[in-house]
Amino acid sequence: MKVTDKDVAYVADLANLELTAEERARMLRDLNSILEYIGRLNELNTDSVAPMAQVSDRYGVDESRQGSDRFAYAIRDDVREGLRQSLPHDVALKNAPETDGTFFEVPKVIER
Amino acid sequence: MATALTIDDIRSSIAERRTTAGALAEDFYSRIRKKDPEIGAFLTLCEERALAQAARIDAMAADGKPLPPLAGVPIAIKDVIVTSGVRTTAGSKILDNFIPPYDCTAVARLETAGAVILGKLNCDEFAMGSSTENSAYHPVRNPRDKSRVPGGSSGGSAAAVAAEMAVATLGSDTGGSIRQPASFCGVVGLKPTYGRVSRYGLIAFASSLDHVGPFANSVKDAALVLRTIAGRDPMDATSADVPVPDYVAELEKPVKGLKVGVAKEYFGSGLDDEVRAAVEAAIQKLAELGCEIVPVSLPHTEYAIPTYYIVATAEASANLARYDGVRYGFRAKSSALSQMYRQTRDGGFGMEVKRRIMLGTYALSAGYYDAYYLKAQKVRTLLTRDFEEAFTRVDVIAAPTAPTVAFKLGEKVNDPLAMYLADIYTVTANLAGIPGISVPCGENHEKLPIGLQIFGRHFDEATVLRVAHAYEGGAVRS
Repeated sequence: MKVTDKDVAYVADLANLELTAEERARMLRDLNSILEYIGRLNELNTDSVAPMAQVSDRYGVDESRQGSDRFAYAIRDDVREGLRQSLPHDVALKNAPETDGTFFEVPKVIER
Repeated sequence: MATALTIDDIRSSIAERRTTAGALAEDFYSRIRKKDPEIGAFLTLCEERALAQAARIDAMAADGKPLPPLAGVPIAIKDVIVTSGVRTTAGSKILDNFIPPYDCTAVARLETAGAVILGKLNCDEFAMGSSTENSAYHPVRNPRDKSRVPGGSSGGSAAAVAAEMAVATLGSDTGGSIRQPASFCGVVGLKPTYGRVSRYGLIAFASSLDHVGPFANSVKDAALVLRTIAGRDPMDATSADVPVPDYVAELEKPVKGLKVGVAKEYFGSGLDDEVRAAVEAAIQKLAELGCEIVPVSLPHTEYAIPTYYIVATAEASANLARYDGVRYGFRAKSSALSQMYRQTRDGGFGMEVKRRIMLGTYALSAGYYDAYYLKAQKVRTLLTRDFEEAFTRVDVIAAPTAPTVAFKLGEKVNDPLAMYLADIYTVTANLAGIPGISVPCGENHEKLPIGLQIFGRHFDEATVLRVAHAYEGGAVRS
């Protein structure tokens, strides 16, 4: 599977990246070289192998229980301010590039 | 001031009033000011916070109160770990002005245990890299040879300990980012089991692979830091509810009779001859200490790097979607929202970060998900089974940490694949979630350090540390 200019443009779009012409050319070259290397995974027959998304469902769980009950230790009551207080409004806004003091401000979304 | 202070030295000299935490912190800051301009390990210093903490420790000592285990110990933190009120950049321009409103659990636990947090350490942008040359600020130079990289991505964390600008540091390890720089800089670096140390407050790169862990000058100090930061944290649902042993007490148990696995897959082509010789000599030393050396096979090892670069980049592409210029960090000026997102990310991220976002987005995109992402997840199962099988027969596995010693600055910056291969012996532990340590095991003919890596079973850091400690002591005595 060879990555094309069109693929690079499509994926950049999905990833919300613009990329300069120079960056696109470099990306095309690098993605092809990396994916070629990754292609060696196809040497392995994995038809009967289960995928592994994470480590946490295999180790450190309560093995005396079944299914999601194995993670019972990580469950808490579904209540407001369950583990810690929410950040105060002003603290939550403090790092924002633009605010009106109440909301995050962004450029206009809907043109009329 | 004496070199290579240990945590116990510091605590006892403060308790016995031979020094104060404040004087010690000042000493470290003056050393940082003297040495760091040539090394570049620090991005931000937090003297006010450090001196306030030191004053608390000194007040306890003056009152004759018992001191906490890390009392007055100068510790510095990789800049992907958030610190309340102290700028945290993740090595990226996109977080150049970010002041976190809360502390990472590991940092909070260190301070509760008496540690003095000196500042924040340079790293590859969002921990993506193996040389710290991807820092958006400046590269870090290896204290052992300033023409060489310190490794990465936790290059600042390794260099700060090696140059004695901190007694211990925290790093993060997603594919080797603690162990590989520890090896390159000649210090101890430990990646714990997945779930052992809370990642609350660790800026996410690849959530199923990210770990927080310590660097130190000795295995014992690494064990002391691990003991402090380990254990269940309700703020991180992936932190496991598994009891934390007293790692320091466990260190002194005998290693005689332990089975040490050696896998030929970690000694194949690409391994530098001098590194091979040093690691083989280290394994011989373990045999002399009474360990039984057992050949094991980890047959899927050659597939670890391709598996890793799919899983890690796929997760990164999702995790880094949050940097959009709205709530924090850099924002590009633009009159339209969609353009603002793009220009913010274009201007805020460096090339390697963009490359990984692109690769991960591609691997997850319609039509490629099965061929790449699902395939990699299946191979991850095979890699994990390799270790499970081996650990039915051995207690730990010994291997090189990295295939070479520290390379030159600039040597691999234009070849991403060559850079990725620097992690060939470390990514496996992240994929399987097992603990791994790198402990110095000699030098090459240019006096560049070499690291011995020791893997253990899930949640069995105690045995990993015990073997590393025995090796360290045995190596020093010989």
